[in-house]
Amino acid sequence: MTTSDNEIESWGRVLKARHAVTTPAFLSDVGAGLAQSSRPALALGCARSYGDVCLNGGNELMRMTALDRLIAVDWESGIVRAEAGLTLDALLRVAVPKGWFLPVTPGTKFVTLGGAVANDVHGKNHESAGTIGCHVRRIGLARSSGEVLELTESDNAELFRATIGGLGLTGLILWVELSLKKIESAYVEVETLPISGLDHFFRLAEDSADWEHTVAWVDCLATGKALGRGLFMRGRHLARGGLRVHGGPRIAAPFEAPSWLLNSTTVNLFNLAYRHRPWTMGRDTVHYDPFFYPLDAVGGWNRLYGARGFFQHQCAVPKAAAPGAIERLLRLTGAHRQGSFLVVLKLLGRRKSPGLLSFPMEGATLALDLPNRGEPTRKLLADMTAAVTDAGGRLYPAKDATMSAEAFRLGYPEWRRLEALRDPKIMSDFWRRVAA
Amino acid sequence: MSAVARNVWILGGTSAIAQAYARRKAAEGGKLLLVGRNEDHLKANAADLAARGGAAAVETLDLTGAADRAAAVGKLAAQFGFPDEVLVAYGILGEQERALGDLAHAAEVIDVNFISVALWLLALCARRDPARPLTLAAIGSVAGDRGRGRNFIYGAAKGGLDRFLEGLAHAHAGTSLHVLRIKPGFVDTAMTAAMKKGGPLWASPDRVAADIDKAVARRAAVVYTPWFWRWIMLVIRLLPRPLFNRLKI
Repeated sequence: MTTSDNEIESWGRVLKARHAVTTPAFLSDVGAGLAQSSRPALALGCARSYGDVCLNGGNELMRMTALDRLIAVDWESGIVRAEAGLTLDALLRVAVPKGWFLPVTPGTKFVTLGGAVANDVHGKNHESAGTIGCHVRRIGLARSSGEVLELTESDNAELFRATIGGLGLTGLILWVELSLKKIESAYVEVETLPISGLDHFFRLAEDSADWEHTVAWVDCLATGKALGRGLFMRGRHLARGGLRVHGGPRIAAPFEAPSWLLNSTTVNLFNLAYRHRPWTMGRDTVHYDPFFYPLDAVGGWNRLYGARGFFQHQCAVPKAAAPGAIERLLRLTGAHRQGSFLVVLKLLGRRKSPGLLSFPMEGATLALDLPNRGEPTRKLLADMTAAVTDAGGRLYPAKDATMSAEAFRLGYPEWRRLEALRDPKIMSDFWRRVAA
Repeated sequence: MSAVARNVWILGGTSAIAQAYARRKAAEGGKLLLVGRNEDHLKANAADLAARGGAAAVETLDLTGAADRAAAVGKLAAQFGFPDEVLVAYGILGEQERALGDLAHAAEVIDVNFISVALWLLALCARRDPARPLTLAAIGSVAGDRGRGRNFIYGAAKGGLDRFLEGLAHAHAGTSLHVLRIKPGFVDTAMTAAMKKGGPLWASPDRVAADIDKAVARRAAVVYTPWFWRWIMLVIRLLPRPLFNRLKI
């Protein structure tokens, strides 16, 4: 396999590094490539994680996106086995016309199956469906020892659990076998309700058991009494409307926006318009694409944060501490006037993932983007991380670029077991930062 | 495109562009034959096509070198039925620097990209029933449009193929034989693994496959893919020689 020297950046565009990149075209090339590499290697999918879980600076990256074949499908049972580089976008294109959907989906469909499993992604239906790891039946894993292992709940069970949410460190994920979810229609019934504050959010979320998918958008610049105001959105799959597949991105952001574009004034204006968009209030029927993947409509939206890039903070906090912790986090962002268009708040359910280092915990999760303004932004991120740690919560490695080793180890006490099961020839910049 | 499932042969069935194109045919319920050298790789691609609704068979064969192509076409036609469409998708980039000194490597680049392809197409033409429509499509390269110092051995092979296809189309103009010259620019595949990637000039195999699909359907003679390469290559062909010679491209 040929190697090329490429600069690779992650989605936040703050972290970038040169890598020796190889692109295996067939599964049989993967194990051989790992065995041959003299430097630590890491699998790379679509590079949609925000920080450094997908980077391995100065070392090797194996870009898995050419490994995008279906291996076996059973449209009776909805069980699909596919190579790890298949994107959720491509899987949906095949599965939706057959009446099947992803059992769990993150907010973008431009991620690979392997990346989704390695980060044990969750979605708007976490309360009922858990993470994607709850729906993985089997994983093919290449180890640098030359072994190719099949992992299930019962065979190689320890590695199975360590690989789900294992940040790609246990070996190279070759393929994934997933149970899909039956759907009758590609359309979703959506209800959008205004929320006046955090208490209102928690009440509404608890009252939405009939709705499989829930999420809230919060105006992060609202302070005082208005703290936590925003919109609550809930959806459920419909039985009618047909099985139409999604299209491509509608617009692209091919150029970087100037950094001054995002300031508290523009964010305030956006939030004002968003909160008062009367055209989406109440009940509506929408296609799955705008419901699950609103940002996928804008290709390369990460460039809108300008040349310096942005950070994302996403935390999970346990149920009892959640209201207080979320309030503290929103006060912090409000006080720093560091605006973010996209503040997402949602409850996390109690369904446990088999994943050893799975991020979600029963409680709530808050996610927000912060444009990179250098030191003040890092200070805010550190303060937020401290608030999360105090509440017994943790940050999402897929989104993180700044947390300390200490914060990571407190949030993920099982990290030593993952380190013990890590393939000796695999490493990432994230793991160097928090575990080395 | 007719509603009847087409019988499509793909020579070089393990190439990324070929697979992207085959997926489109599979989704239409097409009948595919993947021909290539590596049986495991062909089978992986065939399983993917089957999962997408196509019928895909594989045939393990070294397409280059001294194969008896007339006999091979006869055997494949007897086994799988004569095709409605053939896509020749195999090729190697080779290494220009190496080929300058290593004549065997230079010969390999020229044989794989030009001679062997031309002979397959001649064997197919000799065997075809003139009453039945046939599309012969071959993947060339924008590198064949003008000889350049950096890759003129590969470029000459692809340029030779281009002249060959042009002549074949001319000879059969107005008949049921359709010849398509496909000229991709930079495509993100295993063949270009050693090159620096990214930027607006790079295209995915699926983008190229979509363009091929459209060009086959409208019986185009030439397709540059993505489209802008037509204009880039027009400029490069029209550059006066003194200016061209000063460019290190």
